[in-house]
Amino acid sequence: MHPKKQLLDDAAKLLLAELEGKELTARERNQIPLQEMATQDPSERILNMNEVALGYTEAQVRIEAMRCLQCKTKPCVKGCPVGIDIPAFIHEAEKGNYAQAVSIIKESSLLPSVCGRVCPQELQCQMYCTVGKAKKDVEQSVSIGRIERFVADYTREHGLDEIPHVGDNSGKSVAIVGSGPASISAAADLRREGHRVVLFEALHKAGGVLVYGIPEFRLPKEIVEYELEILRKMGVEIRLNYLVGKTRTVDELFDKDGFDAIFVGSGAGLPRFLDIEGENSIGVFSANEYLTRSNLMKAYAKTNALTPMYRSKRVAVFGAGNVAMDAARTAKRLGAEVVSIIYRRTEAEMPARREEIAHAKEEGIEFLYLLAPKRIIPGEDGRVKEVEVIECKLGPEDEDGRRRSMMIEGTESLRSYDTVIVAIGNDSNPLIKATTDGIETSHKGTFIVDPSTCATSLEGVYAGGDIVLGAATVILAMGQGRKAARAMNEYLATL
Amino acid sequence: MNKIIAKKQLSATVFQMEIEAPEIAEARKAGQFIILQLGGEFDERIPLTIADADPVKGTITIIFQAVGESTHHIALLKEGDYIENLLGPLGNPTDVRHYGHVVCTGGGIGAAPLFPIVEAMKAAGNRVTVILGARTKELVILEEKMRAVADEVIIVTDDGSYGEKALVTEPLKRICETTQVDCVVAIGPPVMMKFVSLTTKPFGIYTIVSLNTIMIDGTGMCGGCRVTVDGRTRFVCVNGPEFDGHLVDWDNLLLRMGTFKAQEEEAHHRCLIGLDAKEGEA
Repeated sequence: MHPKKQLLDDAAKLLLAELEGKELTARERNQIPLQEMATQDPSERILNMNEVALGYTEAQVRIEAMRCLQCKTKPCVKGCPVGIDIPAFIHEAEKGNYAQAVSIIKESSLLPSVCGRVCPQELQCQMYCTVGKAKKDVEQSVSIGRIERFVADYTREHGLDEIPHVGDNSGKSVAIVGSGPASISAAADLRREGHRVVLFEALHKAGGVLVYGIPEFRLPKEIVEYELEILRKMGVEIRLNYLVGKTRTVDELFDKDGFDAIFVGSGAGLPRFLDIEGENSIGVFSANEYLTRSNLMKAYAKTNALTPMYRSKRVAVFGAGNVAMDAARTAKRLGAEVVSIIYRRTEAEMPARREEIAHAKEEGIEFLYLLAPKRIIPGEDGRVKEVEVIECKLGPEDEDGRRRSMMIEGTESLRSYDTVIVAIGNDSNPLIKATTDGIETSHKGTFIVDPSTCATSLEGVYAGGDIVLGAATVILAMGQGRKAARAMNEYLATL
Repeated sequence: MNKIIAKKQLSATVFQMEIEAPEIAEARKAGQFIILQLGGEFDERIPLTIADADPVKGTITIIFQAVGESTHHIALLKEGDYIENLLGPLGNPTDVRHYGHVVCTGGGIGAAPLFPIVEAMKAAGNRVTVILGARTKELVILEEKMRAVADEVIIVTDDGSYGEKALVTEPLKRICETTQVDCVVAIGPPVMMKFVSLTTKPFGIYTIVSLNTIMIDGTGMCGGCRVTVDGRTRFVCVNGPEFDGHLVDWDNLLLRMGTFKAQEEEAHHRCLIGLDAKEGEA
């Protein structure tokens, strides 16, 4: 079902005329229907890169906000990794005070227009929502993410966002390594205290995973650019093409450039492969490479882009997280006829956001469950020809509480593909560890930090985001950036 | 933004540029490379080896061949123009040590990244023999600079228009047979590096090759540059660019280099049409 925005808006306006100004009882609020969000029609959107989800209309956002029961116990807030005062911002949205709603969100989260789009709300705030619980269906919870997205888009589009106040020059300076969500949040909070803040980004565009990883159809790049522009207006310097660990080491940033503290938010940048036979055949890509070509290098714009994109008819995607969905849906948009997600567990265990899975299905992505790739078979030209898969069954839960996948011997079969995209996660980037003495890391290569301050084993060096968490979410990365900035502001005050 | 200080055309398709990049000039060591992106929304990221650097002036020198659409665009830039994005130095420096007698072999444009290694090997007290190979005389580059540094320079061309009519492997084999060689460095087209490695293998001579594979970010993020070395997958950008030539799976590397062959041929065609138009205007 792909209701048009107009129809949804008409229905919401009628309802709003009826409910506006009334004192609503909990019972009445419970009866308000969940507001669907309009999307581009699947048959159209697989032909373009534009955003799929079109967002609420103003009438819709106010109706959806009315569904919130304003629980005194605020269970939703407990589900939010950064503890946004959700009922408070929803209350403002209900009244039409969108700028006020955004300032409430910004007390805890700097990037509502991003998080409203990419947070897995069904596993966070919306999982704990009383409305969803009462209806025994998390999909009936108040659509907190969609409301967040609307209010943030509204203030951006209406020029209502204020540039955060920057304190008097503290005389201290901070280097921030990377420019993804953790770094953006840390940069803003450090700059507010009047420190000089320089963000070092290795690529030729800032934004980290928001730019190279998440496709345009899920997160328009102009939103990321807008958020970076706010940082620039606050006086944060953004230095592109600067790889800390190579252009300068962490030690040199202290000794040569005189920085007083460093925040490392360099992400989980090293793609994992399965280490199976044939994985270096032509036509096997990491999801990072596939998405970077399309997103950062704009290779989807075939007539303009100088970076080529592999031409595929039949694509196998290994993995079932958001990155796998992004890669599969990108492949579809670039003209693949068959795109299969190959996953060794079942839909219930898939780590991707529910909305992305639903959108992928609507777009004709095939989901093959309980199936694991065993080897990739190239043709004589070295290009991918087939993938040998083996059937799996679910076994007992592992230490993470996820059911183990077990291969069933003797169930191998061949499936025909010309392209394979490996989306089974990333390891942390080893560069800073390799070039910085005294940084303590786990056996996985992630930085070990004090959980309350994000301080590393080196004085003055803090870290957050995927370099600490492994591959996590935007909101968790942002939360760590803020936590680190708070501790760094205290540390800088003692110097 | 990086200003082009000097530009020189070394042959019909080979260009040399000295570019302002103070931090890279200060940090770089022989064997490392940069990634260049012209700055447009649709421009490619291209890995290029650093041919020389002047930390005092704060400049690096690149030498490249205009073979594809992007390198043609770069070749059109003039002195005083700017290159918007320049990242580096990337990769690991060459394993420069006192080996004894080092033979440095450069194929075509590979002479450019070879030069700083020749210098560094010489500075480390080695006796250095250089073999430069090219298709034809006018594609032989850096001969004078090499002669100024190396103990001996041998030139070969495919067509015999200059030096010996031979492939680089022929004088290399002769030297390996007649004198003590302790290390061979080879930089050039993958086929040439493959055959250099095959030539030195029976002699058991440690052979360093510098790979220039398909690459996007150059920081370990994309894995497009992966090669099989000694049965393991390695990333050229962070584990290389130099590897033991006897352990590289050359056939897989050669296949992978052709991943986008069809698209590149189309782009090249488009680009030639574009260049013709520009020449017509001038």
